[in-house]
This record gives sequence, structure tokens and C-alpha cells, in this order.
Amino acid sequence: MSDIAERVKKIVVEHLGVEPEKVVEGANFIDDLGADSLDTVELVMAFEEEFNVEIPDDAAETIQTVGDAVKFLEKNSA
Amino acid sequence: MRRVVVTGLGMVTPLGSGVEHTWSRLIAGDSGAAKVTAFATDDLACKIACSIPFGDGTDGTFNPDRVMEVKEQRKVDPFIVYAMAAADEALNDAGWHPKTDDDQYATGVLIGSGIGGIGGIYDASITLHEKGPRRVSPFFIPGRIINLASGQVSIAHGLKGPNHAVVTACSTGAHAVGDAARLIALGDADVMVAGGAESPVNRLSLAGFAACRALSTGFNEEPTRASRPYDKDRDGFVMGEGAGILVLEEYEHAKARGAKLYAEIVGYGLSGDAYHITSPSPDGDGAFRCMTAAVKRAGIDPSEIDYINAHGTSTPMGDELELKAVERLLGPAAAKASMSSTKSAIGHLLGAAGSVEAIFSVLAIRDGVLPPTLNLDNPSVQTEIDLVPHEAKRKRVDVVLSNSFGFGGTNASLVMRRV
Repeated sequence: MSDIAERVKKIVVEHLGVEPEKVVEGANFIDDLGADSLDTVELVMAFEEEFNVEIPDDAAETIQTVGDAVKFLEKNSA
Repeated sequence: MRRVVVTGLGMVTPLGSGVEHTWSRLIAGDSGAAKVTAFATDDLACKIACSIPFGDGTDGTFNPDRVMEVKEQRKVDPFIVYAMAAADEALNDAGWHPKTDDDQYATGVLIGSGIGGIGGIYDASITLHEKGPRRVSPFFIPGRIINLASGQVSIAHGLKGPNHAVVTACSTGAHAVGDAARLIALGDADVMVAGGAESPVNRLSLAGFAACRALSTGFNEEPTRASRPYDKDRDGFVMGEGAGILVLEEYEHAKARGAKLYAEIVGYGLSGDAYHITSPSPDGDGAFRCMTAAVKRAGIDPSEIDYINAHGTSTPMGDELELKAVERLLGPAAAKASMSSTKSAIGHLLGAAGSVEAIFSVLAIRDGVLPPTLNLDNPSVQTEIDLVPHEAKRKRVDVVLSNSFGFGGTNASLVMRRV
């Protein structure tokens, strides 16, 4: 697992209070990890803070799984 | 109007988690006041408070993890966590866990707070200032606004009746109980989960209340002596935090299911001083009219009141004005009445004070014990009323009056009676 994936996983575990083993690439924040719409907003904010990037709203809407987040951040973070 | 009884009690206070733990320490004469260590106080005029004893849940400590997941606690200010814990205890005590649609629709929530999530507003303001608007959490608003205590409790327990909140400063808790009782009396609900919750122990609140000259500042080295209602050396209130929640129920509804009946809420009075934003009216007329309205609604004679749980915050002006208003209400019956301020032990819980004190009043009826007024060494005025100094006292109690007065000149009184 890449460094970015590890950091994403850590944030997801912390914010959603889920078991680390559930945070797999295909896990959907809402359907699989129990997040609600506000949780996903907060997750995106946490990614922005951790990776020092700005995630515009239209891009945030496409980030629905752990893998989506990792892919976006691998492409956009410095 | 329909009769309303109290069938469940729950609280989190500076004396501990839970009704029985708090009550036994209150009767023992313990104080919840201490130096604040959670944040820097070196530049604050008041460096003491009555804080919740957090812990693993043993020995009366408060373990928030028992009522809310850690990730949910993170999203809300502590007043909501306290409300959740007290509501949980009260509903368990009442044995009321509505499952059918009809029972859920008939059960409402009315929990207020004086200033709600002021600590979280302070923190988020700093985030906004330092990091900008994109770092303000989506949980900032729903975790701070006052009616979210009612909202969270309703969601946790499936309570789909009236969902309401009261904001009347330091009379919030009493107004919440009184208004909830009215909703039941008028048929809007059969059961109400009612009370107040507050979490003001932070730098911003201590600075703000000290600026109003409302806080004690002369006992920073002797915190347990600071809250001293009616004593000549009193110099302001000691801030407290916590929640008090009562389950109120329509009398026949409670009887039909064999619920425990703690007391009946027979009187509720409200008034406004229309005088000053923070100072009580010097003639005590607002307090007098409020108590008079509650007694009239109760259909009793003032001489029937056995115990008064005073507002008695330990401020130089307020205590004596309330005392004079009570003397005026009782007339010659003052000589046989007892009145104490439990704020001497737990501090001033602001919006939670009225409901916590309503619970103490109910327990005075149940156990025939009057909680003491601590630190009352030298009363500043002479009165025939027994102010229960220093030590709890045994006395049969059938009728209680509980007073709460708030900034803005808002007053509430409750009269409760043995069922």
C-alpha cells in the first residue's frame, strides 16, 4: 500500500470510527463505512488538510470510495 | 387540564454521574468546586468551576463513551453529551422505551440550554480566523445549536412527538420542565423528556461572566468555599456544568403501566422583570409574581410549601431579593418553611440548573431530606426561614417550590407535590 493510501486509511478510520480492516480500496464511504453526507464533507476537508490540496466540490462528489480518494490524491497532491 | 407526574430522573453533575451518586454526595455536604486545570486561567479573574468528573464510569465518574460513540462525541459540544447521558438514565428509570408508532408519536423531547455550544463556537472561530472558511467542519452548526440536544435524544430513542427547546438563560431548565408539563396537560403529548444541559466551563464563558461581574473571584485559593448563598462574604456564583432530565408523564398513562410516581407537577409560573439585562428588579417583584402564579396554578396555600429549592446563586444582590420575595409570599408561614441553595455544592449550571434542582426537589419529597446550603457561616440578613446551613436535615416534605431566574429578567417557578 502506498504512503498516500496509508494516510487516507488513517483519516478514514479516525473520522468514521471504523475497523481498519474494513477500509479497503473498494469500500464506499456511505454504503460500506456508515458515513452520512456530512461525514463525507468532513472527510474531504480532512484530506485537504492532510495533503495540502484543494478539492473542489465537483471533484469531491466523485470521491465515493477509499480508492477514489487515493486515486485523486495520488494525481493531485504534491 | 390533564395531570402530569414525574416518572423518571437522570443527571450528570459536578458531583458525579447519575442521580443517586449526585444526591448522596449532595446530602453528605460535598462540594464539586475546584481549580480549573483543563485550560489556562492565569489571566482570568475567576479560576475555579464545578466541572464534570470524567472517568471510566466507576465511583460515580462520568464515562461519555457509554452513551455516545467517540466519533459522535467529537462532533458535538459536551452539553449534548450530558443531555444524552441524563436522558438515557431518565428513560431507563422510567422504564419507558416506546416501540410502537403510537407510543413514539406520543413521546416528545424538550431540552434547553442557556448558551449551548459556546466552547465549540470559540474553537471554530479560531479555525476560521487561522485557516479560513474551508476548514470549518460540517458538524460545527449541528453540534453547537441548542435544540440539537432534543434532536439527538429523539434520534437515539425514537421519540417522534413534540421536539422543542427552551433558551431562557438560567431559568431554562425550569421553563423546559414547566413547558413540557403544559404540553402533556394540554394533550400534545403523553410523555415528555424534559430538562436542560450546559457546558460553559471554558475561557470565553469565564471571561464573559466575569465581565458581567457575576462570578466569584475572591476564593480562587479556596474553591469549595466560593459558592456561599446568603453568606455575608459571598461575591458571585461559581460556574457549573452538566444536565438534568426528567421524564414527565400524563397521570393515567403512568398509572396504567405501573410506573413509579415520584411527584406531581401541580404548579408552574412565569414572569418577566422588565427591568435590566443582568440585574434582578430591586423590589423582587418579578420573582414574587412568578412564585405567586405557580402557587395559584397549583391551587395551594403558600403555607403548604415545605421546602423551597432557591435560585440562590451566591451573588451579592440576587440572594437577598429572592429571600425577601419568598418571605412576602409565605407571610407568617415563613417560620416553618425551609429553603436551601444546592448551588452551594454544585455551582450554577446555568440552563441546566432549573431541571437539576427540580430533581433535587423531587428527591426531597421521596427521601424526606433537605439538601444543605454549604458555607452559610454568617447570613447577611436575618430571616425566619430555615436556610438549612451546612448540613442536610430530615423533614417530611409533601410540597416543594423550585425557583429559577435568568438574565433578561426571566423567571420560572415550579410547584411539585407528593402523589
